[in-house]
Amino acid sequence: MFELTPAEWVAIKLPVRIAVVATAVALPFGIALGWLLARKSFWGKTLLDGMLHLPLVLPPVVTGYLLLISFGRRAPVGAFLADHFGIVFSFRWTGAALSCGIMGFPLMIRPVRLAIEAIDRRLEDAAATLGASDVLVFLTVTLPLALPGVIAGVVLCFARALGEFGATITFVSNIPGETQTISALIYSLTQIPGGDAAAARLVLISIVLALAALVASEILARRAAIRFHGG
Amino acid sequence: MLAVDVEKKLGALQLSVRFAAAGGATALFGPSGSGKTTLVNMIAGLLKPDRGVIALDHTVLFDAAAGIDVPPYRRHIGYVFQEGRLFPHLSVRQNLEYGRRMNRLRRDPAEFARVIGMLDIEKLLDRRPGALSGGERQRIAVGRALLTRPRLLLLDEPLASLDVGHKREILPYLIRLRDESGIPIVYVSHTPAEVRRIATTVVRIEAGRVTAVGGLELLDVPDADALS
Repeated sequence: MFELTPAEWVAIKLPVRIAVVATAVALPFGIALGWLLARKSFWGKTLLDGMLHLPLVLPPVVTGYLLLISFGRRAPVGAFLADHFGIVFSFRWTGAALSCGIMGFPLMIRPVRLAIEAIDRRLEDAAATLGASDVLVFLTVTLPLALPGVIAGVVLCFARALGEFGATITFVSNIPGETQTISALIYSLTQIPGGDAAAARLVLISIVLALAALVASEILARRAAIRFHGG
Repeated sequence: MLAVDVEKKLGALQLSVRFAAAGGATALFGPSGSGKTTLVNMIAGLLKPDRGVIALDHTVLFDAAAGIDVPPYRRHIGYVFQEGRLFPHLSVRQNLEYGRRMNRLRRDPAEFARVIGMLDIEKLLDRRPGALSGGERQRIAVGRALLTRPRLLLLDEPLASLDVGHKREILPYLIRLRDESGIPIVYVSHTPAEVRRIATTVVRIEAGRVTAVGGLELLDVPDADALS
């Protein structure tokens, strides 16, 4: 039952790669926007906050459709990126990474923002009096202290990206070996006669992957907490 | 020589202060809420005065009219806060070395040994701030400020959060600091007994204004203890 066919290995490695890339690209933006929302007040902040959280509440198919009409090969943004940077999203794994990243993004921003809001800003003042410029204060005090939140955000975004279905299938379809996520593969398998056993294996694997991500984040966050408060 | 002549409105407090501090320890002495912490925050560059000038030796740190406002990280002023503010994610040693690293100063083992010896903190170097007593934390905060080689040291009620035993523990270190470091000190306190031990000059501040400047005799006026 637990012997995986080569096709299944490919099917698992691909969504993991898509989720890793999606999370890695989302991370700097997540930290920057989390910091912006935690620290700055500006016109349109509520609107920005709402827009960033939209993928969480919109039907995923709607998000996928919006990506299709803006990042498709002939769509305005998609055409621009393809012509000037050679980046093509439609029906490529990069497109799957984009939709997975956007779906996971609100889950990343929230814990990052909360962690930055929880930091005692007087520590940052202390760092400034010790000679640290604004950038150094951020890198040596703010970011390390927000680390547990950043870890939580990374794990949530990764888990969401791993299991993404609706937005991805709408944006870049369900192409085996190119844009097929675990969810899409399980869905395909349940649609063909005799696919149940393979689907069940993949279900187990996705449970194991999700649990591993949660446990890893718990261990990392606890280690960070011990570093801050323990002996 | 520190010269301060600033005005600042902050909530109900209208601060308008003018004083100068030479070497030794200058105490800013007055009741809570009289604007002492606001004043040292302005000297450190953490708070911007509405009007006025702050100069240290021959450097203008702030001049509202000329549009000069040197950021705190370029002022080279050491600041010991009431609550220590050690970095919880760094070890004691890393806390002490933080300023040297941020200022890209060369490692100076002799200076490091002198400071940790003076403050008696050798045994704490590998600990985390979370595992220290209040008194230990304040000693390390003093060391951390001192190791940035400041031109001026601000101490804002460094004993206020400590119990009586720990106050007694720290005071001798602060007196050594005054006598051995050669760095001018501005010491904020509302406790006459403390000021009497440490200060060489007293600047009395009440309700955002300087009401007297002089020696320790300012503490002997009948109302001095009523201030605390």
